[in-house]
Amino acid sequence: MTKIIYADNAATTQLSPQAFEAMTPFLTAAYGNPSAPYSLGRAAKKALEGAREKAAAAIGAKPEEIYFTSGGTESDNWAINAVARLKKSEGRHIISTAVEHPAVLQPLKHLEGQGYEVTYLPVDRQGHICLAELRAAIRPDTILITVMTANNETGTILPVAAIGSLARQAGLIFHTDAVQAAGHIPIDVTEMQVDLLSLSGHKFRGPKGTGVLYIKKGLPLPPHIRGGGQELGRRSGTENVAGALGLAAALAAAADNLPANTKKITAMRDRLIEGVLKIPAARLTGDPVNRLPGIASFIFEDVEGEPLILMLDQKGICAASGSACSSDSIGPSHVLLAMGLPYELAYGALRLSLSEDNSEEDIDTILATLPQIIERLRSITAKD
Amino acid sequence: MAEKVMVAMSGGVDSSVAAWLLMEQGFQLCGATLKLFSNEDIGLKQPSRTCCSLADVADARSVAYKLGFEHFVFNFGLNFHQEVIRRFAQAYAEGETPNPCIDCNRYIKFNKLLERALLLNKDYIATGHYANREFDRKTGRCLLKKAKDPAKDQTYVLYTMTQEQLKRTLFPLGSLTKNQVRRLAEDQGLVNAQKPDSQDICFVQDGDYSAFLEKVLHIPSSPGPITDRAGNLLGSHKGIIHYTVGQRKGLQLNTDRPQYVLAKDALANTLVVGDESELYSEEMTVKDINLISLEQLTKPMEATVKLRHSQQEAPAILYPLPGNRISVRFSAAQRAVTPGQAAVFYDGDTVIGGGRIT
Repeated sequence: MTKIIYADNAATTQLSPQAFEAMTPFLTAAYGNPSAPYSLGRAAKKALEGAREKAAAAIGAKPEEIYFTSGGTESDNWAINAVARLKKSEGRHIISTAVEHPAVLQPLKHLEGQGYEVTYLPVDRQGHICLAELRAAIRPDTILITVMTANNETGTILPVAAIGSLARQAGLIFHTDAVQAAGHIPIDVTEMQVDLLSLSGHKFRGPKGTGVLYIKKGLPLPPHIRGGGQELGRRSGTENVAGALGLAAALAAAADNLPANTKKITAMRDRLIEGVLKIPAARLTGDPVNRLPGIASFIFEDVEGEPLILMLDQKGICAASGSACSSDSIGPSHVLLAMGLPYELAYGALRLSLSEDNSEEDIDTILATLPQIIERLRSITAKD
Repeated sequence: MAEKVMVAMSGGVDSSVAAWLLMEQGFQLCGATLKLFSNEDIGLKQPSRTCCSLADVADARSVAYKLGFEHFVFNFGLNFHQEVIRRFAQAYAEGETPNPCIDCNRYIKFNKLLERALLLNKDYIATGHYANREFDRKTGRCLLKKAKDPAKDQTYVLYTMTQEQLKRTLFPLGSLTKNQVRRLAEDQGLVNAQKPDSQDICFVQDGDYSAFLEKVLHIPSSPGPITDRAGNLLGSHKGIIHYTVGQRKGLQLNTDRPQYVLAKDALANTLVVGDESELYSEEMTVKDINLISLEQLTKPMEATVKLRHSQQEAPAILYPLPGNRISVRFSAAQRAVTPGQAAVFYDGDTVIGGGRIT
């Protein structure tokens, strides 16, 4: 078995040792229900609230603004649906972008079917929206702006703080899907001027099935799951204590190590980009500078993404392409299409996403392997 | 070391049994299910069961897991759109009656899937088609032969296979009947022994291809005249894509004798009708020829010819024509020879080759 080079850290990450350690007691001996009054329950409650404080501190929030969820998708769905319900008497117009994750786009699409109107701001070649266009899109009946912090396919970082300031001037609720960004760039809800922010544990070395919705204090967001009244009555269900602890520990560790990791990962990423761009007819997608430290995303003319991923896999390299074929979506990447790439090219995406666990040797191996695979795939395309 | 096979799995009975048979024969297997379109592409709003539905992918995967081999899902959506759906629409727009299953075999299964299998270092692909393969020592060619079960024989939709493709393709079901296949599926507890066979064209709902052309592909179809062969106006049609050659019903003509569609003139947007006797042709020209048992047709040759999937073959003589075409002269005139449909030539059980009727 060849050694695996894991270069798909934007899909998911390996659990951090800190997270694993924080979780273990609550998966074994400390199994109490946090709502129970005896000591086993009280211990779980105490740990859970500790996790809430830790997660809050990592993003500049107050503990009572942190709501634990099952992940980024739940957080996004909650935020969007709840604002729509909360504000429906004031208006039915929402502003978003063409490059959001399906966890945002699908709830918006569903709302469109219920009489809401959504403006999807276009993006330029690098995946940036135009702030003037955003300002112009605001109408008297606008109730929500939802724009991602950084794009999951290209890593392009969007100007969330500027959008937040614009939203605040206009008196609008602002939600950001920070799932891909949290743990990888500094996140501060005050600086970003957000009212709602989604994040997901497994994207920053926490466990899968865990997430957070930050809800700014004072925003009377309606409950999302009704039941026993956990999470201040807004998201009922016995808490995933171990999961919350894992998420908080991973997020805190990511925040602590951010400067060192950013330096290391960015250097590897830039060497990777430089090397990959030596392949003929290869292009970088997204903003070359203002992008997440770990994400390098490319397209290769006359190469399909799917066989490329399979052949990298044969060489022990885990990477991603735009399309996810086990779900019902089979089209090319909506993100790359929105960035103006032609249909055929948008099928040929490669996303390599690094973590601090990658090494310079990994980069060497990828750079030695990738050109051969591209050449082989092109020789077949040429034959067709 | 065992040879490696990638078996194309639809989640249905045939391909599941094909996989099981190959396991029994000692091949090292992996399975692949093809995603060819999404529900949205074919005009369906709600998730539902179609040929490429997630439920079928799940069925195929569960068979693969049960038999203990790896399963891939390949997304050929772009290729399927370009090579199959677009050709289908184009043919109708030109007044032809296409056979998209043949294009899918030609451009997707035996091209893209085989290519993918070879990239992943497999020796063969396999499908659940009912057909046989045989090596002819005399000519050194790989032959395509009819299945043992004449009712299930699928060589008609495989006539485009090249020598390179045939050498790399296994048809494990060729010597079995459908009943035997169902029994094997039951005996082996493969989830779907009683699953119905797929019917019609997978991307067209309820067989309503004209609705698909108009509502999903937005192919314009405008009313026009119905005339006889001499050009006399007899009535009007609602768009030629709604009719097929040989059709009698739905013409709403006020004539003494029943009239049948003889031809669809796309350029003039005219439907040409006539008596039933006029539907019969003694000869036809077939284009885009692919030959399997021979490298080239150099002199006239006796053969039997199949003009549509469910039809008996007709005896005929094949004459070579320039430009990769063959002229076919039937022993007895044939009814409703339909441009766009495949004509496949047989020498007994052996496929000589085939092409498209002009």
